[in-house]
Amino acid sequence: MRNLLVLFGGRIVAALRDLAPIVAVIAFFQIVVLQQPFPNLAEVLGGLLCVVAGLALFIQGLESGLFPLGEAIAQAFARKGSASALFAFAFCLGFGTTVAEPALIAVAAEAAEVASEAGAIGDDAEARSSYAFNLRMVVAVSVGVAIVLGVLRILKGWPIHRLIIGGYVLVTVMTVFAPDEIVGVAYDSGGVTTSTITVPLVTALGVGLATAIKGRNPMLDGFGLIAFASLTPIVFVLAYGTLGGWV
Amino acid sequence: MGFAIDFAQTLWSTSLDVAPIVVILVLFQVAVLRRSLPNLRRIVGGFVCVLIGLALFLIGLQDALFPIGETMARQLTTPEATGVAGREAAWTDYWLVYAFAAAIGFATTIAEPSLIAVALKAEEVSGNAINAWGLRLAVAVGAALGVSLGCFRIVTGTPLPWYIIAVYLVVIVQTFRSGRAIVPLAYDSGGVTTSTVTVPVVAALGLGLAASVPGRNPLIDGFGMIAFAAVFPIMTVLGYSMAVEWLGKRRRGRENGAPPVDAARETMQQRRNVEP
Repeated sequence: MRNLLVLFGGRIVAALRDLAPIVAVIAFFQIVVLQQPFPNLAEVLGGLLCVVAGLALFIQGLESGLFPLGEAIAQAFARKGSASALFAFAFCLGFGTTVAEPALIAVAAEAAEVASEAGAIGDDAEARSSYAFNLRMVVAVSVGVAIVLGVLRILKGWPIHRLIIGGYVLVTVMTVFAPDEIVGVAYDSGGVTTSTITVPLVTALGVGLATAIKGRNPMLDGFGLIAFASLTPIVFVLAYGTLGGWV
Repeated sequence: MGFAIDFAQTLWSTSLDVAPIVVILVLFQVAVLRRSLPNLRRIVGGFVCVLIGLALFLIGLQDALFPIGETMARQLTTPEATGVAGREAAWTDYWLVYAFAAAIGFATTIAEPSLIAVALKAEEVSGNAINAWGLRLAVAVGAALGVSLGCFRIVTGTPLPWYIIAVYLVVIVQTFRSGRAIVPLAYDSGGVTTSTVTVPVVAALGLGLAASVPGRNPLIDGFGMIAFAAVFPIMTVLGYSMAVEWLGKRRRGRENGAPPVDAARETMQQRRNVEP
């Protein structure tokens, strides 16, 4: 129990360290540059406390339960197991970790809010939550595909830059056909998918595979899964926005 | 009372959010790998922590992180802050916004734990040719540049794809000009800069800015800030590794007694010879 408290204290410190630079920059601009009081300061401070406590609990829970399990499965698959089961696991891992990603939940909600205010979707809670849900599903499926692609790359030893540059070209071409409203959301969705949950589990899979397969270098081949996971959401959300307009 | 209801509602929706990953892990462990769950108590305890933590974080997000970004965007664009009273604002009048964006981008990235870990690993693998601090600075400068330029784009209302595709082109050229080992790392560094705390603040800053600057539509102009923050570090990391390589070659050239300009030209020649 005491051990757990010490660990949790460490998480609180880590969460505070995440937050400190933001608070410092804002305090500097408020006090020195703008010289204005911050509105609703009490509520914002209460919210920041929630963020720190929530993030600490969240990471603590992941590391005590889900991460060891996920890593053990990833390594078990890397060592043995059929290719089809490995691909199924890769897809599910990408999908499952992205669906629960806090940053994605946040941005999808904000995107729904903006879309509804601008009249692109209905102005009720129902329409907003279904828009946010669809967006999250599209992004989660795309990350699943990205991890499958990344695992395939590690197995085959393809050079990463060809695939990434191919992705860039695809994004460029699709941007021309996509409606303006979806482009910003699509480009942003590439960055939000890869944070708290996805990075550690996905990295464990990549490095585990690259270590287990002969002739692969963990540095050269183990990295790069994140790069795929931040590129495919752009492609999929652009496709969703373009096709969604016709349906 | 309001907090309790809020918390209960958020807790329920987060349970639905976290359910898929739990189902997937348990299914693969038990059904595919045919192994029993080790430390079942710890896993259940961890799951409860994840649920409560995520619910708290999301409440804090609505009460603090989003309002912070939007309030800063509003306050930095008031006529008093920009110094425009009664005349049309030019893009240069919003310099405070750019400065704030650069500061936020730099400060949140330089302290990012996952970046520190990656930087140390890169230093080790490259045999100290890549300095961990140099790499962290390169990524942070990239993020600062990206967020700041993202604000510039919203103020001027220029199309987002132009910027991102231009950076893509630069990255493609750089990829063929830099060492092989750095490329996967550089591509990944774009993803790791945008942490769970940074994303909401930066996204809200962009949306708030699009709502405050006259003539901008949040739906079209408000997004794209995170894309900037995710793409620019790739460029700066590749640029940093190219600079390190070039400086190293120049130094070696000087030690051999050749003048630096000739050495640089020579290395270009060598590279051309090596590449088919």
